[in-house]
Amino acid sequence: MSVHNDELYQEVILEHNKHPRNFRKIDPCSHQAEGYNPLCGDHLKVYLQVSAEGRIEDLAFEGDGCAISKASASMMTAVLKGRSVEEARALFEEFRGLVMKELDPQAGSHHLGKLTVFSGIWKYPSRVKCAILAWHTLKGALDKTAVVSTE
Amino acid sequence: MAFNIEKIRRDFPNLMARARDEKPLVYLDNAATTFKPCQVISCTHAHYCHKTANIHRGVHYLSEEATAEYESTREKVRRFLNASSLCEIVFTKGATESINLVAASYGRSALKSGDEVLISQMEHHSNIVPWQLLREATGCVIKVAPINDRGELLLDEYRKLLSPRTKIVSIVHVSNSLGTVNPVKELARLAHEAGAVFLLDAAQGVSHEPIDVQDWDVDFLAFSGHKLFGPTGVGVLYGKERILETMPPYQGGGDMILSVTFDRTVFNRLPLKFEAGTPNVAGVIGLGSAIDYIRAVGWEDMITHKKDLVDHGHKVLNAVPGLRMIGTARNKAPIFSFVLEGVHAHDIGTLIDREGIAIRTGHHCTQPVMERFGVPATARASLAFYNTKEEIDLLVKALLKVREVF
Ligand SMILES: Cc1ncc(COP(=O)(O)O)c(C=O)c1O
Repeated sequence: MSVHNDELYQEVILEHNKHPRNFRKIDPCSHQAEGYNPLCGDHLKVYLQVSAEGRIEDLAFEGDGCAISKASASMMTAVLKGRSVEEARALFEEFRGLVMKELDPQAGSHHLGKLTVFSGIWKYPSRVKCAILAWHTLKGALDKTAVVSTE
Repeated sequence: MAFNIEKIRRDFPNLMARARDEKPLVYLDNAATTFKPCQVISCTHAHYCHKTANIHRGVHYLSEEATAEYESTREKVRRFLNASSLCEIVFTKGATESINLVAASYGRSALKSGDEVLISQMEHHSNIVPWQLLREATGCVIKVAPINDRGELLLDEYRKLLSPRTKIVSIVHVSNSLGTVNPVKELARLAHEAGAVFLLDAAQGVSHEPIDVQDWDVDFLAFSGHKLFGPTGVGVLYGKERILETMPPYQGGGDMILSVTFDRTVFNRLPLKFEAGTPNVAGVIGLGSAIDYIRAVGWEDMITHKKDLVDHGHKVLNAVPGLRMIGTARNKAPIFSFVLEGVHAHDIGTLIDREGIAIRTGHHCTQPVMERFGVPATARASLAFYNTKEEIDLLVKALLKVREVF
């Protein structure tokens, strides 16, 4: 393996891990939830400020986890800021499909953009939960579920 | 027989398996489960090929043969643990079930509200949760003996926590996440002074050093076959005869009874009282073969070799920049738990998996240990006697590569 040309630990992921975007608390906020991955001990909180019209005005996260879970959370916040709640829910479904190998990013249309860096992760079943933790937590926040666990 | 590592490795076909991307496998996850020698594999294979029968209930030839093989394993286990009687060896499905059996049967009949169970801070979840269930059923109290920064049990604290209220002490022999080897004999002696019974969780310890339940004076001992180079789904509970005699059955069913009417059931004698239903016959027979294998290799050589692995592992791993070893007990098994500065354990696990190196990452079913050392997870390399120093060097090389990525 060449460590610098790795399908999983791509530059984008390593960079987001090192310098996570929107890594802070939003207080007060309109929606928040905590996510746990009991297997890894990954733990994060997602905060949202949603406007009356259903637009995500601000989105941030805090927590501790592996590079995959941190980069995924960071990229999620970057992608969803300014989008509508409906778009966020649709993207959750697409991202879930991507990491579960149900959605082939090469075939058909989707809105994943840069998030396709996670397309190889289904080959590492034990790491899928790391990639999707932030998204489940986001969905929990939108559904007003306070604590989300990937188990 | 001289310790010939090459010859030993040929006995374990799984060592030749390929890992991800067809890389040669370096298997350093023996605390999770061990590989099985050909001798064990062919023994269970033979049972399924031409010796299949249920035990204790047939007059036909195969059933009598299977019963004899099953019961001869009981004798092998008795000798292996130096138990005084065959009726002290109960087959279970693993260490977890053995501990649950004691908690449910002995615990529920002997403990009442306010009685205490003493465990340690380095216990596996399977030696924590059964006692919590017992607490719910009886109102007993769980006390936890703390460990020091090396991951060693604090004997003074342990002693202070023992009191006339202590009814059960249940401690791990070798910690699966720290590698610490506990001073069992001393711990059992102190527990008895306080009037408690002592259970040893030997899930890891059973492959580490020879056990003598009489000399160590433990009342109960639990282990799993699959961590002793035997099959999965089989384990042992050792219990002192006079204590097992007083305990109510754990489960009801066939084999554990002498006679049944709808009014009354007469339970079988020990140890069958605790073996309800058809057991894992092939598994038990395979476990017997694993014990034969260990005897043939010989403890002395295995122990010397593993001590070399511990020393070498500490030396070369501690030289990796940013590596912090979690668990540096003076008496240690070749289990290396560590964290790398700036790299989460899971990322280490995935990255070195691509080099063919299998380790475990996470909390290793010992969350209180992770909390004690202030880490969410560790990477853990755990070695068996068939591992080599060269394999540790490959781990180090892979870790240096991980450092480059992050
Ligand atoms: C110290 C210790 N105790 C108990 C167990 C439970 O063993 P099993 O899962 O085989 O029942 C393990 C297994 O990981 C262990 O390491």
